[in-house]
Amino acid sequence: MIKVNHLNKQFGDTPILRDVSTAFERGKTNLIIGSSGSGKTVFLKCLLGLYRPDSGQILYSDKPFSKMDNNERKELRQKIGMVFQGGALFDSMTVEENVMFPLRMFTDQTEQEMIHSVNEVLSRVNLNNANKKFPSEISGGMQKRVAIARAIVNNPRYLFCDEPNSGLDPKTAMVIDNLIQEITQEYDITTIINTHDMNSVMEIGQNIVFLQYGKVAWEGNANTIFNADKQEVIDFVYSSNLFKKIREIQRSK
Amino acid sequence: MKHFTEIGAYFLMLGQVFKRPTKRSVLKELILKEVEELILNSLGIVVFISFFVGGVVSIQTALNINNPLIPDLLVGFATRQSVILEFAPTFISIIMAGKIGSFITSSIGSMRVTEQIDALEVMGINSLNYLVFPKIIALLFYPFVIGIAMFLGIFGGWIATVYGGFSSSAAFIEGVQSKFIPFHLIYAFIKSFVFAFILATVPSFKGYYMTGGALEVGKASTAAFVWTSVIIIIANYVITILLLS
Repeated sequence: MIKVNHLNKQFGDTPILRDVSTAFERGKTNLIIGSSGSGKTVFLKCLLGLYRPDSGQILYSDKPFSKMDNNERKELRQKIGMVFQGGALFDSMTVEENVMFPLRMFTDQTEQEMIHSVNEVLSRVNLNNANKKFPSEISGGMQKRVAIARAIVNNPRYLFCDEPNSGLDPKTAMVIDNLIQEITQEYDITTIINTHDMNSVMEIGQNIVFLQYGKVAWEGNANTIFNADKQEVIDFVYSSNLFKKIREIQRSK
Repeated sequence: MKHFTEIGAYFLMLGQVFKRPTKRSVLKELILKEVEELILNSLGIVVFISFFVGGVVSIQTALNINNPLIPDLLVGFATRQSVILEFAPTFISIIMAGKIGSFITSSIGSMRVTEQIDALEVMGINSLNYLVFPKIIALLFYPFVIGIAMFLGIFGGWIATVYGGFSSSAAFIEGVQSKFIPFHLIYAFIKSFVFAFILATVPSFKGYYMTGGALEVGKASTAAFVWTSVIIIIANYVITILLLS
């Protein structure tokens, strides 16, 4: 579980995160949603320790991140898997080498054991026969799956995903969403997903945090979001033509 | 003021490069890869340039000797001195600033743009140690490249002098051997080590701390070449004053 208490972050004079407090539960897919510029990416990077918050606390299993020493942080980071928006696969490495990378860095497994783990995790994300290909030789959807495989190969306790289905067609996006949800439940990990895709919200929104102007404007889940008491949330939900149409049909009935 | 901030950031970066080392077995592979990319892949251009510039230096020297009182051995002597003292260590380093400097900046810059460096940091890896330290170690072999440049520069001078009919082979070789001061070689290799460190770290700094997209990667590569060259020239001046004056 990850808890966030009164988190603040600003760049120059511009406040990005303002008194953000929330909690992300284990074994659930936790979604951070909000329109562009709402502070989602900064929030995620603060959670990952890539940005240092100006004030407030982030607690990993009740331990404040800011009070961890270098060894504790290193240990924690080895329990974190991250799926970046663009995949962030290492260009100079093959698919197999990319997925093997965390094992090579942090375990003492033999080459055979590592290859076995890599094949296992690649088949888990339905990606066979791509081991020897370079990231530039595979599609965007496949790159995302490799990124997920790399993130989970070392059995992480926390999985972070930054817009995991951006740039993907709706069908592939749904496959990725379902895969993340299955992995979350199967490995009982805390998953945090940054998205503004309403299909993802509907599909895997077990816990949703809605950010607006750097503040938590609403919290709930996929079942409660359509009846949210905040106009901003309703506007966000019905910003797509598809959902507008559905609402019109529902109202006309 | 901006330049002072950058200088400070550069030294802070160096501090980070030597902290939290990467796993030894991984580091060994990275160093070998960098030796191949930075040293072995540079040999072709170094061989080509050294040979022909050495030839041109000797031809220019021979053509400018009009006084019959000046002996022919001066061609070999001047070629050796120019090649060992300046051409091989400094001129080749400026060319390497363009070749390996821009390669280092663009490869690290691309990793920054595509969040690969963030991926390393999130995994708990010291990205500066992972990316820059192997380059510094690989470039410890740089004086070997400079040694080849020295040999080929003088060899090119000998070929150009003898086969161009400017002087005899015996006179050229006598000139090369004449009044040789071994410390000049030490001076040249000390310079090479310093330039190697600059070649590894300045372009890495420019690539690592760049922001923006593909266009900025190109701009950072250009800036890396300019700054690496400027720093090499300044370092050359300072080392020459300290060791030779």
